[in-house]
Amino acid sequence: MKRIAYVLGLPVVLFAAWFLISAGSENFYAPPLRDILQSFGKTWTLDRLDADVLPSLLRLAAGYALASVIGVALGVAIGLSRGLRATVEPVLEFFRAIPPPVLVPVIMLFAGIGDGMKIIVIVFGCVWPVLLNTVEGVRAVDSVQLDTAKAYGIGGPARIREVILPAASPQIVAGLRQALSIAIILMVISEMFAASNGLGFTIVQFQRSFAIPEMWSGIILLGLLGFLLSLLFRLAERRALRWYHGLRSVVRGR
Amino acid sequence: MKGLAGLAGLLLLVEALPRLGLVDDGYLPPATRIAAALGDEVVTAEFWRAVGDTLTGWAIGLAIAVAAGVVIGIVIGAVPVLRAATASTVEFLRPIPSVALIPLAVLLYGTDLGSTLLLVVYAAFWQVLVQVLYGVADVDPIAEETARSFRFGTWARIRNVLWPTALPYVFTGVRLAASVALVLAVTAELVIGAPGLGKMIAVAQTSGAVPDMYALIAVTGLLGVAINLAARLFERRTLAWHQSVRGEVPA
Repeated sequence: MKRIAYVLGLPVVLFAAWFLISAGSENFYAPPLRDILQSFGKTWTLDRLDADVLPSLLRLAAGYALASVIGVALGVAIGLSRGLRATVEPVLEFFRAIPPPVLVPVIMLFAGIGDGMKIIVIVFGCVWPVLLNTVEGVRAVDSVQLDTAKAYGIGGPARIREVILPAASPQIVAGLRQALSIAIILMVISEMFAASNGLGFTIVQFQRSFAIPEMWSGIILLGLLGFLLSLLFRLAERRALRWYHGLRSVVRGR
Repeated sequence: MKGLAGLAGLLLLVEALPRLGLVDDGYLPPATRIAAALGDEVVTAEFWRAVGDTLTGWAIGLAIAVAAGVVIGIVIGAVPVLRAATASTVEFLRPIPSVALIPLAVLLYGTDLGSTLLLVVYAAFWQVLVQVLYGVADVDPIAEETARSFRFGTWARIRNVLWPTALPYVFTGVRLAASVALVLAVTAELVIGAPGLGKMIAVAQTSGAVPDMYALIAVTGLLGVAINLAARLFERRTLAWHQSVRGEVPA
């Protein structure tokens, strides 16, 4: 009971405060929350969700999945070879330091402004945190475990699958978590640049046509989306890394 | 040494791909032409003004975010009731992508510095706040009780027990926030058109100056690397007393 009060208390208070303070608002840019909520229902109908939100989410999913696969695969390869790592590390650090949105104009040159461009943008932005975290994770695999695997004659793909990937997975997941928020940002940015549908496109259209309550409802929808995706990620992480969190709490409780 | 070879390899690849005709040189100009464009840019006042604008937005935004994050983080973290009451709100607000605020920033501030600051502060603030909260939670209960039994006041406890414990976390937060702030500063300039490197990239793109565009993008990457290195160095200097730094120095 008390826990529920703590979880819901402040959000309810803030929401109520916004509702009450904005109720008589004459400010054009900050319309009453009541209007925003009304336009939320009117704006984000099933048709809209199908036409704008779904394409965005599909591009997000495609780009994120591709970036994860590429990042983990390259990360394992680089992490396992000391020479390769020393050679490519500065290059990787440089690519990671480039703010991902500036890649949009470059990728537009190559891939036009279709779905392909948006997916490539997401892949290119998300791959670095996954890649670098995988490299770190692979590097930090317990050498006793590696030697044991070697002594038992476990080599090649089996060693990667059974020893290296599980040991590096907490780090890999940390990289995937960073990549998720970058993916959402790039999904929106790539649509703001050049698109005919999608969440980012729609919200900018509302802003340009001064449909302020609709714009606010779009911002709220994006916020909800970010929140839901991070919640989903946390649930998936808790399942996949149950052994790791259990191990850590045992070590801590000692 | 090998790292230099890697960088040289990258430059060679960028030079060779368009020269051999594997990539259209209208899309990816050879490295030498990008370097020449960079050379032309570097001598103009406009370029340095853009770098200055970007760094101004970055620095002011980061400073506001760090100050707010540290103060709010310590207040929330030191009072258990506040911590419990705000946890869900923080968890809800944090994952909201800061780019969602772009339309709002445009309406409120147009293409001024304010737009950049709004996005930078929002994105960087959560990085700092969350790390400070972790840091405050990490305070050793025995140190805390000892300070209490010596009748340290609230302020003295914050200064002598809480702050030194939280400091390494604060630095982690600042380091993360510094790179996020650069990303958002450039993004705001690119998408909204606030003055700075991002805007120059957008202008180069629309006017078809492809080598200049690549040169400017490389500059943003170099800025990012420089900020990372500076943050790490600063952290190492200031935390020289801390175990995490002392432990790394070979005896």
